[in-house]
Amino acid sequence: MDQLLQHALNALILGGTYALLGIGLTLIFGIMRVVNFTHGELYSFGAYMMFFCVMITDVNFFLALVLAVLLGIVLGAVLEFTLLRRLKGADIDTTMLVMIGAWIALQNLEQFTWSGVAKSIDTPFPSSPLVLGPVSVSWNRLFVFAVALALIAGSYALINLTKLGKAMRATFQDRETALLMGVDINFIHTTTFALGSGLAAAAGALLGPVFVVYPTMGDLASLKAFAVVILGGLGSIPGATVGGFILAFMEELGAAYVSSGFRDGMGFMLIIAILLIRPTGLFAQKERVG
Amino acid sequence: MKRALTALWLLFLASIPLWLTDLYALHVLILTGIFIIAAMSLNLLLGYTGQLSLGHVAFFGIGAYVSSLVSLGFEVHLLPNWVVSLEPKPVWLAMLCGVALAGLSGWVIGRVSFKVRGAYFVIVTVSFAEVVRLVALNWVELTQGPMALNNIPALRLAIPGVAELAFLRKSANYWLTLIVAVLCYVLIRRLVHSRAGRAMVALRENEPLATSVGIDVTHYLVLATVVSAAMAGAAGVLYAHYVRIVDPDVFLFIYTVTMVIMVISGGKGTQAGPIVGGLIFGLLPDVLRAAAIKPEIQWVIYGVLMILIVYFLPEGIVPAVRRWWQGRARTAATP
Repeated sequence: MDQLLQHALNALILGGTYALLGIGLTLIFGIMRVVNFTHGELYSFGAYMMFFCVMITDVNFFLALVLAVLLGIVLGAVLEFTLLRRLKGADIDTTMLVMIGAWIALQNLEQFTWSGVAKSIDTPFPSSPLVLGPVSVSWNRLFVFAVALALIAGSYALINLTKLGKAMRATFQDRETALLMGVDINFIHTTTFALGSGLAAAAGALLGPVFVVYPTMGDLASLKAFAVVILGGLGSIPGATVGGFILAFMEELGAAYVSSGFRDGMGFMLIIAILLIRPTGLFAQKERVG
Repeated sequence: MKRALTALWLLFLASIPLWLTDLYALHVLILTGIFIIAAMSLNLLLGYTGQLSLGHVAFFGIGAYVSSLVSLGFEVHLLPNWVVSLEPKPVWLAMLCGVALAGLSGWVIGRVSFKVRGAYFVIVTVSFAEVVRLVALNWVELTQGPMALNNIPALRLAIPGVAELAFLRKSANYWLTLIVAVLCYVLIRRLVHSRAGRAMVALRENEPLATSVGIDVTHYLVLATVVSAAMAGAAGVLYAHYVRIVDPDVFLFIYTVTMVIMVISGGKGTQAGPIVGGLIFGLLPDVLRAAAIKPEIQWVIYGVLMILIVYFLPEGIVPAVRRWWQGRARTAATP
């Protein structure tokens, strides 16, 4: 029972970052109709920026986190501006291929710059964990969870309460009508992509110090983000949030009670199962075949 | 005239091992040929039915693993009292098993994943490849996991008492690859010029319209997937018995990406496209290596090239060259 509680706690904390990844991806898909294969690269970019700031230039840990997210936002905006802007109106396969190209180029640039050796990042947190009755959790993970929750809440507020968020939702619902109402679609696209990229970079910057940083770390992150998004339904932000936690619980419990080798496979089995049983995902309103 | 030209081409290709003395170059050509077969199979799905499958490497890997396992034999304990074992079988039989099982998995995946289209289809196929890779990595009893399957026998064809031919030399493997490639080429040609092929193109162009004139969309998509998977499996089978070692890395996503780049750059939906693209991207790594470019930078170049091709040659090289050629012929005809 204690073991189960511990696993549940681990899953809850992991779920926060999965939800971050998923929200970023689902925003970009929902508003721009782009399957963002560079999402995982933004994740590892965030982690590497964290490494660069903390371990090489000796910036304060918390300041480094802010910097990593800001740099992720900038990189996202640059990617959208240089690669996607001229492809507007192209079919989904075309943008997908461009994003795959960008992903390969970015990942290998990363490998070239930082070499393939995994790197670890020091944290300012005490190394002894916080013990709560039968379960324990490291301070670092607790911090990750708190920041992830704050960022999720921030994204909700941005989308539901601000004027920018209203414009984003309008674009999501009907691009042409939004354009007619005077929404600057180009600006919305750049902002959306930058925001989604920032969330991915934040997830990477948060998890980098928990695990280790290596160039291909983004691949699994990408695929997990896809799983989260499929689970919740493409384009649905509440779906991505819940999906992130469901995936984390499945992975954690699957690794504990089935086989640890298939930990990372849980997400993919989940995707296949979801598509067999309920192809629209858990939360999507729209029909997806067609 | 056209036939003679084709025959000349084939003769030229078949004669390469006779005058090419550099064994490493021949090795590169064999691997390129194997990837061209895989790219041709992907082209059937991507180019003719318009479905982007990013799990294609799964079929390649399944072909390679099944063929290796059947030719090596295996013994696995499924349940406490249930042991499945297989004695080593002749290689030609193992190869057929590899192709058949790849085709069968194509059928299963087709039935499951053609419930969805577009982005969802892509993600399902990616997930499928990843699950297969994890199985190959973790089912150590069957696949040896990361230790890889070693000492895979090469193909051996024998007429008892008359002659025996072992495909150990590079030239023999080259010819084998060439024969399989030509077979696949002819098969795809027959398929796309048949009623089934026209149905596939129809649903690529306009699926609701195709359905409305009575084309059973799922049926033809599954048919294309089965043929395509079996061909990718054949490429995997050739790979396994040529390189003679197979590890879970054959399922890496990057190989799917390589196939996609080959098809897109050459020209999807054309028969020559995957061959042209395959030659370029099969030989490019060695050209770049000769120029002392690091492998990371080589991949960066791949990625950038892929973006540039999508921007500037969205149809691919073959259609662009063909149009340029026709345009030139027209201006020459009207002076």
